[in-house]
Amino acid sequence: MKHLDEYRDGDITRRLLAEIAATVTRPWHIMEVCGGQTHSILKSGLDQLLPPEVELIHGPGCPVCVTPLELIDKAVKIAAMPNVIFTSYGDMLRVPGSEKDLFSVKAAGGDVRMVYSPLDALKMAQANPDKEVVFFAVGFETTAPANAMSVYQAKALGVNNYSVLVSHVTVPPVISALLESTDVRVDGFLAPGHVNAVMGYWEYEILAAKYGAPMVVTGFEPVDLAKGILMTVKQLEEGRGEVENAYSRTVTRSGNVPGQKIINEVFQLCDRKWRGIGMIPMSGYCLREAFQAYDAERRFPEVQTITTEESALCISGLILQGLKKPHECPAFGKECTPQSPLGATMVSSEGACAAYYRYGRFQAALAEEKQS
Amino acid sequence: MSDAHKPLNLSGWVCPAPLRNYPTVVMGHGSGGKMMADLIAHLFAPLLQNDLLNQFGDSTVFDLDGAGKTPRLAVSTDSFVISPLFFPGGNIGELAVNGTVNDVAMSGATPLYLSAGFILEEGLPLDDLGRIVTSFGAAAETANVKVIAADTKVVNRGHGDGLYINTTGFGVIPDGVNIAANRARPGDAVIVSGTMGDHGVTIMSVREGLGFESEISSDTAPLHGLVADMLAVTKDIHVLRDATRGGLSAVLNELATASGVGIEFEENRVPINLAVQAACEMLGLDPLYVANEGKLVAILPAEYAEAVLAAMQAHPLGRGAAIIGKVVETHPHIVLARTSIGGTRVVDLPAGELLPRIC
Repeated sequence: MKHLDEYRDGDITRRLLAEIAATVTRPWHIMEVCGGQTHSILKSGLDQLLPPEVELIHGPGCPVCVTPLELIDKAVKIAAMPNVIFTSYGDMLRVPGSEKDLFSVKAAGGDVRMVYSPLDALKMAQANPDKEVVFFAVGFETTAPANAMSVYQAKALGVNNYSVLVSHVTVPPVISALLESTDVRVDGFLAPGHVNAVMGYWEYEILAAKYGAPMVVTGFEPVDLAKGILMTVKQLEEGRGEVENAYSRTVTRSGNVPGQKIINEVFQLCDRKWRGIGMIPMSGYCLREAFQAYDAERRFPEVQTITTEESALCISGLILQGLKKPHECPAFGKECTPQSPLGATMVSSEGACAAYYRYGRFQAALAEEKQS
Repeated sequence: MSDAHKPLNLSGWVCPAPLRNYPTVVMGHGSGGKMMADLIAHLFAPLLQNDLLNQFGDSTVFDLDGAGKTPRLAVSTDSFVISPLFFPGGNIGELAVNGTVNDVAMSGATPLYLSAGFILEEGLPLDDLGRIVTSFGAAAETANVKVIAADTKVVNRGHGDGLYINTTGFGVIPDGVNIAANRARPGDAVIVSGTMGDHGVTIMSVREGLGFESEISSDTAPLHGLVADMLAVTKDIHVLRDATRGGLSAVLNELATASGVGIEFEENRVPINLAVQAACEMLGLDPLYVANEGKLVAILPAEYAEAVLAAMQAHPLGRGAAIIGKVVETHPHIVLARTSIGGTRVVDLPAGELLPRIC
């Protein structure tokens, strides 16, 4: 397929891999921030083809994975209410809350529907004026413009039976948090190309200058990823820590300015809890005062008191911070599988555990056999 | 089958994780993936199993005297609950014929007879029903099968999705043909009969209004003619499967497990329609997991692979056929794909329902 095959080309990828091998002289830990990148790395087997000095650490950029458990419990509670049509991106439906997931609510008679865009949920609200239509607004900066637009339009069109359950997070604060943590050992970052497509990369220049870590804006196909890794390794070997763009066909320094405008119009920064990581100050979006009427937590005040703790068996927090690899978890592939996930990193196809289970389980088992 | 009538010991019944997690049936239990496999293995099989059902093939092979003196028959039953009832490339009527004809044909049998059960929802326009039954009849005629038993029931409005159809098919297996899920052998070639994912993506596109319908249509078609042409080259075909729910990945996983072998294939050699590829890229789906209704997977000795491939490509329903990989001795029960950049990945059974990714 045009505009895709050339970025999956085996020869170009192998040439870039050879250049990485020729450049690297010592061990480096590079974090791919976005779950979509993790997925693509494991799907293509790129991780197996890198020189042993380059270790990839799978970052926290998986929206489903970092949505806190209590928000899922809130979603489950709202979705089970009569007269509610609960809408969500497909990926969120199978994430287990502390008791059940949204699929179970649907099986028990709740009206839970998968949508591809929050604007479809808004249309549903217009078509069902006697129902409350709620959209589960999760995601990073990538989904924020569309989610914001749905609220903006609801207000403009006077659609008062529409609301959003917001769990938006942003990337720069979690990169800061990771770099300031004494446990985390990350030398450089593959910045999340899709987030950068919306936000640009000027924010990352501030981070790179402050922490001296290279940040290379990287896409999602094997050629993009190999190029991003090569540029990061070159910076590390040369002792540089700058922002570079390996995804210039999509990303500009200033990003999608109208998209940022609608985000700022509807949302403001606020403190957010990250599943497995904890509270990070000013790391997410909440609705601005002018749009509070569309906040599902206000509309259904009975969910405000829900608070939930994580499963003790699940180490998704350590995995999201790059401190452990999925197959190092004792529950991996045993108590915890994509059909019966203990934590969100096993649920989302972007989650590191699910990606390992799906694509890497066999290799991990082989590696263990070789060692023993 | 005396075993089948032993008293049931429900206290010894071990409920696997998915059932524990879901005390009720959820849609994932019907998606052809691991949840469905678990449901069958842990709930249905212990209660219903016998030596014939345990063949776990698309169709079950048996003979009437149980001693091999009468012709071997293949039987298969399937229920069709598709929504929407009409879609680009067909409707539920012809799907219900072709689906069962194909399951019977996957034993190498010549399909002969069909039964049909129609469950109608109150309010279904008779005009729609007429069109569906017309196309049911036309499909049966094309496949050269006779409908020899039929039933109709009506349920209250809201208790059915317009129309459900169940069909059961019978066929006779020619002498010398022995096709079964457990016959894949190391060294065998793996062939697919054409592009993967067309049916599933078409249905998803219509259902969700994604706008790909103009470019793609369901591949629903009866495959017994293609199978006959393949068997004319050699009767020594080891395995045939039509790649329906769960797509190519589910079929290859089931066969690797049933035969106790590993399977390796080249990702680049799997034929995929451009529009299907584009839709899957947009939705974050993998075409290897998407359903087909007119495509088969064949596993056969490598020495016949080229000749069988040529016969398939000469048939209208096998024009896009390709040899995609081979059966291996290493990593039994595991299916590996070689990627375009030279890496490998495990291609597992899908877990439950296919879910599009957020970004």
